[in-house]
Amino acid sequence: MNIFFYIAATVAIISTIMAISGRNAIHALLFLILSFLAISVVFYLLDAPFIAALEVIIYAGAIMVLFIFVTMMLNVGLERKMENKWLNPRMWIVPGLLAAILLFDLILALKVSRTIPVGNQVIQPKQVGISLFSTYLLAVEMTAILLMTGVIGAYHLGSQKKKVMHRFLEKKIKTC
Amino acid sequence: MLSILRTIWLTFLHIFHKTETVEYPEVKPYLPPRYRGRIILTRDKEGEERCVACYLCASACPVDCISLQATEDESGRRYPEFFRINFSRCIFCGFCEEACPTYAIQLIPDFEMGEYDRQNMVYEKEHLLISGQGKYPDYNFYKNAGVSIGVKGKGEGDHEEKPLDLKDLMP
Amino acid sequence: MKEALNIAGVLFIALTIAAGLIWVERRLLSVWQDRLGPNRVGPFGLFQVIADTIKLFFKEDWVPSFSDRPVFIMAPGILIITILLTFAVIPFGPDFIVFDSNIGILFFLGNSSLGVYSIVLGGWASNNKYSLIGAMRASAQMLTYEVFMGLSLMGVVMMADSFSFNAIVEAQKGGWFIVPQFIGFIVFFIAGLAETHRLPFDIPESEGELVAGYHSEYSGMKFGMFFVGEYLGITLISALIATLFFGGWLGPSFLPPVFWFLLKTFFFICMFILLRASLPRPRYDQLMKFGWKVLLPLSLGNILITGAVLIFFK
Repeated sequence: MNIFFYIAATVAIISTIMAISGRNAIHALLFLILSFLAISVVFYLLDAPFIAALEVIIYAGAIMVLFIFVTMMLNVGLERKMENKWLNPRMWIVPGLLAAILLFDLILALKVSRTIPVGNQVIQPKQVGISLFSTYLLAVEMTAILLMTGVIGAYHLGSQKKKVMHRFLEKKIKTC
Repeated sequence: MLSILRTIWLTFLHIFHKTETVEYPEVKPYLPPRYRGRIILTRDKEGEERCVACYLCASACPVDCISLQATEDESGRRYPEFFRINFSRCIFCGFCEEACPTYAIQLIPDFEMGEYDRQNMVYEKEHLLISGQGKYPDYNFYKNAGVSIGVKGKGEGDHEEKPLDLKDLMP
Repeated sequence: MKEALNIAGVLFIALTIAAGLIWVERRLLSVWQDRLGPNRVGPFGLFQVIADTIKLFFKEDWVPSFSDRPVFIMAPGILIITILLTFAVIPFGPDFIVFDSNIGILFFLGNSSLGVYSIVLGGWASNNKYSLIGAMRASAQMLTYEVFMGLSLMGVVMMADSFSFNAIVEAQKGGWFIVPQFIGFIVFFIAGLAETHRLPFDIPESEGELVAGYHSEYSGMKFGMFFVGEYLGITLISALIATLFFGGWLGPSFLPPVFWFLLKTFFFICMFILLRASLPRPRYDQLMKFGWKVLLPLSLGNILITGAVLIFFK
């Protein structure tokens, strides 16, 4: 049980490091997917199979496909000049320092605060559903509204306006 | 929606239909006599070669797959010294058959000419020449044409009259 | 010991069916098209499968020099692995199941959504415009149809009160779910067709316009894996339809349950092939429009009505 957790966690860490340090965009995304899969294994080992499955279906399965889709279309990977300019040490030394302070803070906080032991009973999908629609109902509904705005916005941007006139004729009228 | 279901149903009913295809090498399809397949050279009724080596077939051929060389025998009858058809180029259009004035070159309903070696597709005269008359029996070019050669004098053909004697007053 | 036997049995059945489908599909298509089909190699042409496999093995396994080598090699493997993993949660019989997971349906959905990567990455790594277009179509199509696939199953989940396949089969003892969940069945069937990108929804690999789509650059056994993966996908979707809507291994007791399960599965495999024989391929935008404008409202309405009826009668 424990050994599986450590294996999955190590895989997650290594693949995340590979994802942020990789040169090839698609390879980096593949490592990110691997990291998601490893995290879902961790969830499963923590007796939360429903969240583990959702992690795979939604993050690894749906969202990352869209990422790969876009990266695929952009055909990046050849032009590194811009990236090198962005990645010169002076640019990230301040954010790096700040992040290091945060990490230190986090480690301290974890050390000081007592950890909650993981319950041994498996969290069934039903329990997740019940708590989503009772305790967290407001949050769920607000998220739903947020997503709805996204859907409407996407529909508005994506909808094609019906053209009455052929585009050549339109140009002519504009130039006249 | 209903039309899609109907399509599926009608396709399903094809289980009970007869198959349209046949198992080829065992069951052979009927080919009409005028089917354009392998090219042959025929002989006339007397067993002589019909070909007079006029080169019309070679010039009619759109892919230039026919080559031949004319020669004459001691009686003055023309015949091809060699006659070569490269069947790997031939498109079986039948123009050579149409061009031939003596019905010598003919296309027959045989198409099974597969070979492993491409060189085997080049047919020489001994491969092309058959001992029969092919599609047009009883036709002999020399019996119909007015040309005079060693085997036949002027006016001795089937549908010919004797040549007129210009110095004679008689009708 | 029993688990090992189960794993071996499931693998054997799944792979045998998938391989045999090469022959079954060609024969059935020929029957529906009034042809004879492959009947030379062995009795009824049954050894055609072996002949095809030998041919695939001895072909040159060419990896294009312009491709992204590791991704190119990985892609066909992902397809096979994700599909074979899903077979683990499907009950072939009352005890004939590798892993009776309590999130079985979610496991299947997760695996099928990971299966998209195989096609997307295969198409991208080939570094070929046709393959890329195929991959693009595949990702859009499969992403779209995954949504309805998941939603159409929720009615079944609600009625069985569980995500576990075995519990769903047990819940159908009173009657198959095809009757109350007919809309769910239709949506799932269509989504399954699109998910396995079978004809008539084989837009990612439409040979007329995209040569072979995402696998044009593949040869040898890597192509063979895509090929077998497609048949495994058909088997999987058919097995799922049989399990979720037609009572799985339930059936009169004069035959063993495994046999009933396989019989139902085979019936739906034949349905897949019949659809291939009869329907033409829709255009890409028609497919997407059909998905979002017809199937999504249908499956949502199905969930709504099922939930309402269940609450009313409880």
